[in-house]
Parts: sequence; structure tokens; C-alpha cells
Amino acid sequence: MRILTCVKRVPSPGAKIVVTADGQAVDTNMLGFAVSPHEECAAEEAIQLIEQHGGSSTVMTLGPAEAEEQLRTIMSVGVDEAVLLTTDGSDWDPMATARALATAIGELEAAGGPFDLIFFGNESADSGGYQVGVRIARALGRPIVSGIKDVDVTDGEVTARRDTPTGSEVYKLPLPAVLAIKEGINLPRYPTLKGRLGAKKREVAVMEASGEPGGQVMLTLLAPPSQETPTEILGDGASAAPAVVDVLERIGVL
Amino acid sequence: MSDLPSRAKVVVVGAGIVGNSVVKHLAALGWTDIVLVDKGPLPNPGGSTGHASNFLFPVDHNKEMAMLTFDSMAQYEEMGVSTTPGGIEVARTEARMEEFRRRMTSAKTWGIDAELLTPAEVKDKVPFLDESVILGGFFTPSVSVVDSLQAGTLMRQYAIDKGALTVSPVTEVMDITVADGKVTGVETDKGYMETDHVVIACGVWSPRIAKMAGATIPLTPAVHQMIDVGPIDILQETNNEIAYPIVRDMDTFCYERQSGGSMEVGSYAHRPIFHHPDTIPSIEESRLSPTELPLTQDDFDPQLEQAIELMPMLGDAEMKYGINGLLSLTPDAMPLVGESVEVENLWSAAAIWIKEGPSTGKTIAEWMTHGYPELDPHASDVARFYTYQRTEEHILDRCAEHFNKTYGIVHPREQWESQRDYRISSFHKRTEALGAVYFEAGGWERPHWYQSNEALLEKYQDQLPAAREHEWDYRWWSPIQNAEHLALRESVAMIDLTAFAIFDFKGAGVVDYLNYMTVNQVDQPVGSWIYTPLLTEQGGFRSDLTVLRMGDNHYRVVTGGFDGGRDAYWFNKWLPADGSVTFEDKTSALCTVGVWGPNARKLVEKVTNDDVSNEGFPYGDVRQYTIGSIPVTMARISYVGELGWEITANMEHGLRLWDLLWEAGQEFDVTPVGAGVYGTSGRLEKGYRLMGAELESEYNPVEAGLNRPRVKRQDFIGKAAYLKAREEEPAAHMCTLTVENHTSTSGVARHMMGGNEPILTLDGERILDSHGRVSRVTSAGTGPSVGKYLLLAYLPPEYAVEGTDLQVMYQNELFPVKVARVGAQPLFDPDDSRMEQ
Repeated sequence: MRILTCVKRVPSPGAKIVVTADGQAVDTNMLGFAVSPHEECAAEEAIQLIEQHGGSSTVMTLGPAEAEEQLRTIMSVGVDEAVLLTTDGSDWDPMATARALATAIGELEAAGGPFDLIFFGNESADSGGYQVGVRIARALGRPIVSGIKDVDVTDGEVTARRDTPTGSEVYKLPLPAVLAIKEGINLPRYPTLKGRLGAKKREVAVMEASGEPGGQVMLTLLAPPSQETPTEILGDGASAAPAVVDVLERIGVL
Repeated sequence: MSDLPSRAKVVVVGAGIVGNSVVKHLAALGWTDIVLVDKGPLPNPGGSTGHASNFLFPVDHNKEMAMLTFDSMAQYEEMGVSTTPGGIEVARTEARMEEFRRRMTSAKTWGIDAELLTPAEVKDKVPFLDESVILGGFFTPSVSVVDSLQAGTLMRQYAIDKGALTVSPVTEVMDITVADGKVTGVETDKGYMETDHVVIACGVWSPRIAKMAGATIPLTPAVHQMIDVGPIDILQETNNEIAYPIVRDMDTFCYERQSGGSMEVGSYAHRPIFHHPDTIPSIEESRLSPTELPLTQDDFDPQLEQAIELMPMLGDAEMKYGINGLLSLTPDAMPLVGESVEVENLWSAAAIWIKEGPSTGKTIAEWMTHGYPELDPHASDVARFYTYQRTEEHILDRCAEHFNKTYGIVHPREQWESQRDYRISSFHKRTEALGAVYFEAGGWERPHWYQSNEALLEKYQDQLPAAREHEWDYRWWSPIQNAEHLALRESVAMIDLTAFAIFDFKGAGVVDYLNYMTVNQVDQPVGSWIYTPLLTEQGGFRSDLTVLRMGDNHYRVVTGGFDGGRDAYWFNKWLPADGSVTFEDKTSALCTVGVWGPNARKLVEKVTNDDVSNEGFPYGDVRQYTIGSIPVTMARISYVGELGWEITANMEHGLRLWDLLWEAGQEFDVTPVGAGVYGTSGRLEKGYRLMGAELESEYNPVEAGLNRPRVKRQDFIGKAAYLKAREEEPAAHMCTLTVENHTSTSGVARHMMGGNEPILTLDGERILDSHGRVSRVTSAGTGPSVGKYLLLAYLPPEYAVEGTDLQVMYQNELFPVKVARVGAQPLFDPDDSRMEQ
């Protein structure tokens, strides 16, 4: 099997993101970067499928030179090959991103054969466009389902499941196919020390992204107002137990 | 968590291990109305304490560190937050094995159980270690791991239970108000508090908070990387937070400590990475905490390889957590403790690690209560830094230099490379041309010996002691020092003493003021000087210096360059508020050269018309004379015990002064002599004590052999304690010992450094006095004129008898020593006839 996972370098989620004074960029002073969470899970899924069925996995990203860090992270957990599509460093809009990635995928497939599966994250943690996977699937003429929480591959086809408000939907797609993966599909493994050191030694293929950043122009970045969750201190130590019981009854747990 | 009070006796800023310790100990000493604030939540406000590795290795070559760690360990133990898995330092190089022998010696001094292990023995204790990678280990069974957050909680609770403490977390300090040079209050985002004292215990944020008050705390936030790998079966099977000894892979500057089922691997090997206190992220901006920054992987990768080398099982373990952790570094790697020099009642409690947290809290609380702590804090005293050493560049350069030496092998005499040539004496041009090898003294470039004196090695070859054979003993030293010593005692020498710190005091109230500061009577005739200790309230040594009476209401204090900062602070602190005494720091305005030796008078006679005869200028006098066209202050005093003077002039005349003396001295083969003689061999032969070595606040003048027959009637700091000490039998006596045999078991001659080597009985036991103070070597060096290697050490009365045979341990080997002198009478020229001729 050949699986390609496309990932994006995003600011590490979990902390308040600080925007520069002019509103034009994220303040990277103390910021860490990570692979966007949905994609982390997508890469793990790819690794598990290759472990199951044999073959090879590839990870690709469109981003600045620094995005090599994220490719190495994915390689260190077990993805074999990595491709960096370098940009001028600016944020590319979804259409431009999709165009450039589709072109690169075409080149990779021409050289090494088709990818049975191409994984995308459902949406990126920073811009949340929800589009890149769909646009690329369309460009490649392959079927895509998004929001996927379960993947199973048998004989030339993939079964993909996603959650709905009332249950789940199950799809069968013929290979080659494209899936947009959702976090929660698995628990991604952490890199081992050997994995990290091995990944460091391997080569990352670098290609220049084709095309221009895109039609959407960023005007300004706004941090959303922080949401204060009202907190009520019920008490201290054992004496708070009755108050806790009250709350549990109120919300119907007891 | 209560509302912020509007008034407090003391506000402690920072609820990490240090802030918590401070409030606990203040409460224990009877303080009330203590308010503890932190901008973060409790129990983990997000400072260095929150992510610390929490282990304590007790063996340290530095006495203050060893004592502080010892006391902290006991406090943690008492709080029940301690586990003792033991710790093993492993060596990959022969140099490190030699350093382990030095650690064994320090362990012996402080009474810490320690053992040298073979690789096989290390593997017995740490089965997952690859013993083929190491040469051996240094095992300390008492190494402990503590729950520092829990300790903090318990300490806060203690103070709360006493009704002494209000805690206000999530409270950020915005300003500290100061009036008349004293703290008046703290402005927070929850309101203003009037207060008498502020203690800054904010770790990496400390300089920022200090700046609000107009004070400086010279530290830099610095990164120390650590990762957590696991789960690992063999660790999980222990079902314990930590069951295996902590391993410190000294030569790779890494450590590995078990953390439940995982292994925490930390490193001090990466490039120094510094951050500014103002750009540390806030709690909201931090994914983990403000002091747990994202790991810069590339910096840690070489250590991954080395860790796998030592513990192969780590290779397949998952890296779950990794940080660039922030901690505080200072220019000389010692903490910053004590009252700030800029603002009264503003206390620094910063750059303190887990292993000295509780004891430093105690130190500060005692300091605030009794005027000085029980454990002598001179190496941690924040007042020790001069202004230029508090600048950002100085801090960063020095920290960059020593960061990678955190597990390094640092020679006791090792000199800094960075930030040199910042304090240059007026004589520099001449001393440089003479091939001076400069050592740093209080920042000054001070000649330690002169290469131009190499020819003296041949001249004195019959009198010089046997050569030093061992490379370690030879480092940062030269046999030329001994030759200079002999030249000085034979004819005459010139010594650059510009590193002195010099303070002038003037005014109507000066006699009363100085008499209150000093032990000995300052109301002496104009034109005379006294040597005197300054004491703490508890009667221990605070300072040791010379006071010259320049005029009826004009005195000059001369103290060592290493003590200038702390002494200036002390004098300023007690200066009367009514303006009846003025203080002027004359250090940078003056230069001093010492001229000593049997031909000193003959030399000086040639350059001055003033009376330098013994009758006209007796020993103990100070004169304002003229040399050439240069007004000079000449003091007949000598730290090397020879005839001669300290000659001081305005710094602009320095070069000319040197030239005049030098030319006059050619006739007598005048020799330029360095501090190798002045600070070591010269003074050791005379038994002259040194502040910070023999003289510390844990010892009193009676024990040091510096008590005079009578005590002045005026009151002075420490008088009551001093009188009491005079009534009692001293628990120890300062003694001079001679090394009887230098040859080690390997057949190589060894020479002790004066680095706290233990003096032992003939049975190899430590010697403790009735106060529990251990006998250790405080100074050591050759005595070329007495033909012996000399050691200074305190001994309890039963051993302080001339002729007693004892042993000294050095680099884990034993050498015979003999008590040559008990008390202050010099070995060389005992009646001081040479000096007073």
C-alpha cells in the first residue's frame, strides 16, 4: 500500500495565541509549533495501516522552511518519506494550497506510483478552512469523505465511518481514495528516541510549491475575546462533599 | 484565599519553594502579618519549582552550598516529602575519576556517606546501565528526591495555622513603592498594601520586580532542557515514583532520573539559551507553564544519543514530554540572597534551586530577624556584586561561560575568560610589560605572578621547594610565585594593590559611628591605623579590614577587593541618618602599590624627602608624604610581614609613581611580586587570616586568635556576644599546620588547595568541635621561607596543641600533618622584628 498524509504546521494549541501589535502576524516569541491535531491522528492511522497491510507511507506539507520540523516529527513516529513544498513564508489560501499540493501529488505519483489513500486533517487548527482535502480530491478525480473516525481497508476498497448527531454513517470507497480524518480516530504514538534520531538522519525531499499564495488577502488577525467560565468554589476538603452531591443531583448524574 | 489586606509587615512575592520557605521561617521566628502573593495559582504558580527535577545531591566543594543543601535535606525529611533513592555520578573519562576522588574528599569533610564504585558495582545498582561505557561511579546513598510543591504547601500551611500568613494567589505585583530609600508598599492588580518589608522570591521574574523598586537582582532566566521518556517496563515494575538511584552522566552533562514508569532525562550540555524576564510568557500564553517552554529539539539531539549509549533501553521509549525549562543563573553561579544594596528592607531571595530552597528561606528569615543568619551567607550575598557586574551583558557573558560547567570539573583557582579587562589598575602598562599573569580580584586585573621573574627560579633553585608533580596541583599556579616570595624577603618587592576597596568617612559623628561598627578602638591618634574585625550581632566575623585615621574627622577604610561590595553595603546601612557622617567610595579614585622587604626603606628614602626612618615613621603610622611631585598616603603596614609601606596616590599619578619607585629600586634588584605571594605564601607564613576563608560569621575573634587583651568601653555591633565569647573556653582555635609528607600512595607529591580538605585524626576520623563545626583546611600554600607547606585550619582544644600529629585528606588520599602553631603568633619572624624595624 502507498499512503500519503498531508499535514500543516500550526501554532501549538493549548495556549492563548498572541497577535503582534499591528495585527498582521502571530507573535512567535515563545510559541511552539506542532502538526495540526487532526493530521497527527491521520499520520498515526497511515502508520497503523501500513503496519497491517505492508507498503510505505509519505508525509507532505506546504509551508515555510521551518515546517521541516513537523515533517521530522511525523517521520520520527514511523512515516518513511517526507516532502516539503516550500512557500515564500506567507499563509497560502485554501485554493492555492490545494492547487500546489495537487500538482506535487501528481509529480510524486508519476514517479512512484499512485497513493492508495491520501489523508488530510478535517480542518487545520489555525485557519479551519475545511477545504483543502475536498479541493484536492476533486482535482485528482477521487472520492472523498470527511470527518472520519474509523478506517478499514480490504481488497481494493476502504470502509470509512464518521459520527453524526444520532449515530454514525459508514461509507465504502474504491481505492484510490481521499479521506479527511478527525482527531479521536486513534491515539497517536509519541516518537521514541531512536525514532527521533533516525528521522534526523533521513532526507526530506524539498520541492518548490507551484503557483501563487492565492486570492484571499489577510487583512488583520483578531484574537477572539477570552471566554470567562464562571466558577463557583463549592468548599474546601471533606466539608464540601454535601455541596458536590447537590450539584451531581442537579445535573442528573445521580 | 482572603481579600488582600491594606497593610502588612512583610510582603513576600513569589510562592515557589523559596517564597514558601521564607514565610514558614518568618512565622517560626514570630513574624505576623505576612502576606504571600503570586501572579499564578496554587499549589503550582508556574515558576521553576513547578517543573523542577527535585533531586538533591549533597556533596559540594563549596562550603556554603554543602551546608545549605544539608539543612534543606533535613527540612524536607522532617516534612515527610523526601524519598532517598541515592545517586550515582558516572565517569566516562579519567579526569572525571580524579574529580570523584575530590568529591570523596568533600564528602568526608561534610560527613556525607559516599563510595567509589567500579562499573560492575554501578551496574548492580542500575541494571539497565551499559557499564562498558563508564570507568566508574561516585555513589551517594543519601541523595534524595522531594515533593517540592507539597513542601511548599506544608510550609504555607504552617504559617497560616500560626495565624501569621495571608496568601493571595493570582495576584500580580505591578509596582513597589519606595520613599527615603526604604520600601513603603506593594501595588498589585488587586489593590495596594502598605508594608515594611518586601521579599522578592520570584525566581526568573525577580529582576523585573526588583526594577520596580529601583533595585537590581543580577540573574538571567536560562533554559535547561529535559524530556520524559516512557513507559519503560523495568521502571513500571518498581511500582514506585523512584526506586532506582538517580544517575548523573557527568561527562555528558546529563542526568537520568526515574519518574514513576518513565525516565526523565535532563541536560546541561546544550548551548546557553537565555530569555529576558520581561518576555517570559504569561500563564495564558503558555501551553504548559511560563517556565516550561517548547523544547527546541535540535539542541537536545546529541544528548539523546549519549543517553541511549548509557541506557540502551531508552532508545525504544516514547518521548512524551519535553521542555526548555527556565531556571535562574547568576554571574558566579551562587544564589542572590540578602538585603538589596539599593533599597532598604527590600530583600532578595532569588536564583535558588530546590536543593537549597528551605535552608535559604531560613537564612533570609534569620537575617531579617536577627540582622544576620546562622549560616555564613557571604558567597550568596546579593551585595557582593559591583555595579558593572549587575549589567545585562556581564550577567549573560558569565552565565554563558559557566552554564556548560554545571557538571563541569572546575579547578578552585580557575579564572574566568569572559568579561575580563574591565577594571584595569593605573600600573597596568608596567605590570603587563613585566609579563604579569593576571587573576581577577573583585573584577580587577591583579598580577598573580610575573613571567619576567622566571630567571629567579634559577637564582633561588637551592631554596625553592621540590617541584609540583601533579598536573591538577600545577594548574593556575607557577613556581615563580615561590621565587618572588624569596626575592621579597631577601631584598624588596613592589606589589600592585589597586584591587583594594577604599572608603573615606568624614564628619562630626565619624568616631562614634566607626566605633560602633568595629571591635577595636578607632579613636587613635591622627596618622595611625588599626586592624579590626567587624562583627555580626551574634559575634561572628562580618568583615576584616584596616581603618586609618587621616584627620580628626576623617577616616579611611581599606578592605579586600572581594569584600568591597558587601562591606560598602554594611557601612552604608549603619550610616547615621542625620548626615553627621559622609561616605565616599574612593576605590576608583586611588591606586595603591606595596613596597616591602628588608631594603624597602632604602628604596623609599631615595624618592622622598620626608622622614621614613623607624623613629620618624614607626610601624602603625599613616603619613601624607610626597614622592617626587606626587602626594601620597603611606601606611606602614604589611600583610606579608616585612618592613615597608602601602603607598596610595590619586590614580592619575599611578604610572609615574610606579616608575619612580621602580627606578629607585633597581639598585636593590626590586622585584615585581604578585598576589600569589601577597594573598598566599606571604600571609600564610605570618598566619594572617583571610575574610571568607578563616574568618566567617560562624567563628568569633577568640577562636580566630584575634582577640586583644582589652575590649573598648564603647558599644559596638556584636559586643555582648564577643564579651561572652571571651568569658568562655573557645570551642576551636585557628592553627597553622605543616604538611610532613607530600607523597601519595601512587608515589606522586600532592599539594593541597585550601578547598575545605578535612583534617583527620590518625585513625582517619573527622574532627568536630563542640559546636559541630568540622576541622577543614581554609587556606593552603607553600611557605618558602619556613621551608614547609602550610595549612590553616580550626581545631578543637584537644587537638590544638603544637606538635600534634594529624592527617589531611586530599583527593581521597591521606597525608601526615603536624600542628605548628596554635593561635596568631606567626611561624615566620614570630616577634615581627622584620616588619617593625
